[in-house]
Amino acid sequence: MKQTPRIASLPPAFGSWRDIRPLVAVVSARYRTLLQYRAAAFAGFATQLFWGAIRLMILAAFFAAATEPQPMNLTEVVAYVWLGQALLGMLPWNVDADFRQQIRDGTVAYDLLRPLDLYSYWYGRTLGFRVAAPTLRGIPMVLFAMVLLPLAGLGDWALIPPASAVAFAGFVGSLVLAAMLATAVTLLAHISLLWTISGVGVDRILTVLVTIFSGLVVPLPLFPDWLQPFLNWQPFRGLADVPYRIYSGNIPPAEIVPELVFILVWTVALVLLGRLILLRGVRRMVVQGG
Amino acid sequence: MNAAALLLRYLSISLRGQLQYRASFLMAALGNLLNCLIELAGIWVLFDRFGTLSGWSFAEVAMFCGAVNATYAIGELLATGFDQFGTLYVKTGDFDRLLLRPRSTVLQLAGHELSLRRLGRLLPGLVIVGAAWAALEIPLEADRVGLLAFAMAGGVAFFFALMVLQATMCFWTTESLELMNILTYGGVETASYPLPIYHRLFRRFFTFVVPLACIGYFPIVAVLGVDDPLGTSPMFQAAAPLAGFAFLGVAMGVWQLGVRRYTSTGS
Repeated sequence: MKQTPRIASLPPAFGSWRDIRPLVAVVSARYRTLLQYRAAAFAGFATQLFWGAIRLMILAAFFAAATEPQPMNLTEVVAYVWLGQALLGMLPWNVDADFRQQIRDGTVAYDLLRPLDLYSYWYGRTLGFRVAAPTLRGIPMVLFAMVLLPLAGLGDWALIPPASAVAFAGFVGSLVLAAMLATAVTLLAHISLLWTISGVGVDRILTVLVTIFSGLVVPLPLFPDWLQPFLNWQPFRGLADVPYRIYSGNIPPAEIVPELVFILVWTVALVLLGRLILLRGVRRMVVQGG
Repeated sequence: MNAAALLLRYLSISLRGQLQYRASFLMAALGNLLNCLIELAGIWVLFDRFGTLSGWSFAEVAMFCGAVNATYAIGELLATGFDQFGTLYVKTGDFDRLLLRPRSTVLQLAGHELSLRRLGRLLPGLVIVGAAWAALEIPLEADRVGLLAFAMAGGVAFFFALMVLQATMCFWTTESLELMNILTYGGVETASYPLPIYHRLFRRFFTFVVPLACIGYFPIVAVLGVDDPLGTSPMFQAAAPLAGFAFLGVAMGVWQLGVRRYTSTGS
């Protein structure tokens, strides 16, 4: 008899409202776990602070020689760098080690038995993995860059407040969407573990794609003009470039809504792709261990 | 068996082990290679946009970038045992076994693994140095090549020392902390650009406290044959890499202090 997989039909992109409760539970569990490692959080904070300072000095040295107007001014670049450091953990640059372990030792089988829509359940777990750490690290980083730096007389290097109330609202909206997009991308990598098991390769390639094309290495508007048409359509810019530029006003208020739609469309597309691949993955999956 | 022969024996066992997992090794090496190239691409993008970095050209900055990446790769290659010390030896209590053997702990940890995937950073680093050398039409003289090799040797000692210090911290913290990444990965990033662009405090820190500039910026300025905007003399530039070896000496002293403080986790 042919076995019917449990998620044979393609449910709506984010499952039904019933899927929300387990989702909330897994996200809050992740926060409580992370709060146990305060020393690690401090070390991470110091690392990102240093990294931000180095990036700023490099970019400022380049700007010092600029004679013609650039697509971004230095104040906008400073905001871009600090927001990038604060929200680094939100970028989908790695896979969840717990998840990899689960696939490797076969305990993933328990997940298949849960009376939940598998994709929604994994989406919730991955969302927790993606957003918990950056909120713990991000808030002190923003406070430092926005409040402490001006007090220390380094106002030129400080994170400016949002360009306007509209820009702030757009920033918050784009950040929520960016978290959802980042989760969808990470989940694609998680699902690919069903094939590759080790995930070392996927991890590396993901890091490379994300760091370059989200704007983390160099703000995307500073890339050569001939590359801009490509950069403007690829999904990774929704992770960092769009929210940071909305914040600083580099993306004017009139363009905010189309940009939000841009991130949303990519998120839905990647969620649907993830569901499709998961469907195939579960059919052919071999559970490890015994 | 003398120390060198023993180290070679250790390393050859490690190599044979790694070659059992070729796909995984290739993947990891490819990842390292791409990371190195991304760094260079980031520099290129900024030069394409701005043309110059306070008087430095792209090829000159590429020379800094390539040299520090290659140097760091060798240091990391030799110090993998120290890099993973907290997780593998302190947390598990396995360091007890190393202490019982009639050989120095440093030798045993250096022989822990010769991590081949670091070649993924070494090779592009060397290629970048070679390409920058050719593009800048620097004469291929023995004293320049010799100074670059000396700088890189000092750099390997420097990065090895950083890994030793990172491992030493584990005697107090048990798990290795991300904090040292500031000086390792952060050091590679910092040394990829000429020193004068940084704030005075950073310049002093990376010259006198953690002598990163002594194994990167200063000797390479002499290799490039340009005048140092910071006004150092060619004599100082040529001698600067000695600071890398001195730093290693200090790190070894600190390591001995840490070993004396070690108490086994007993698990």
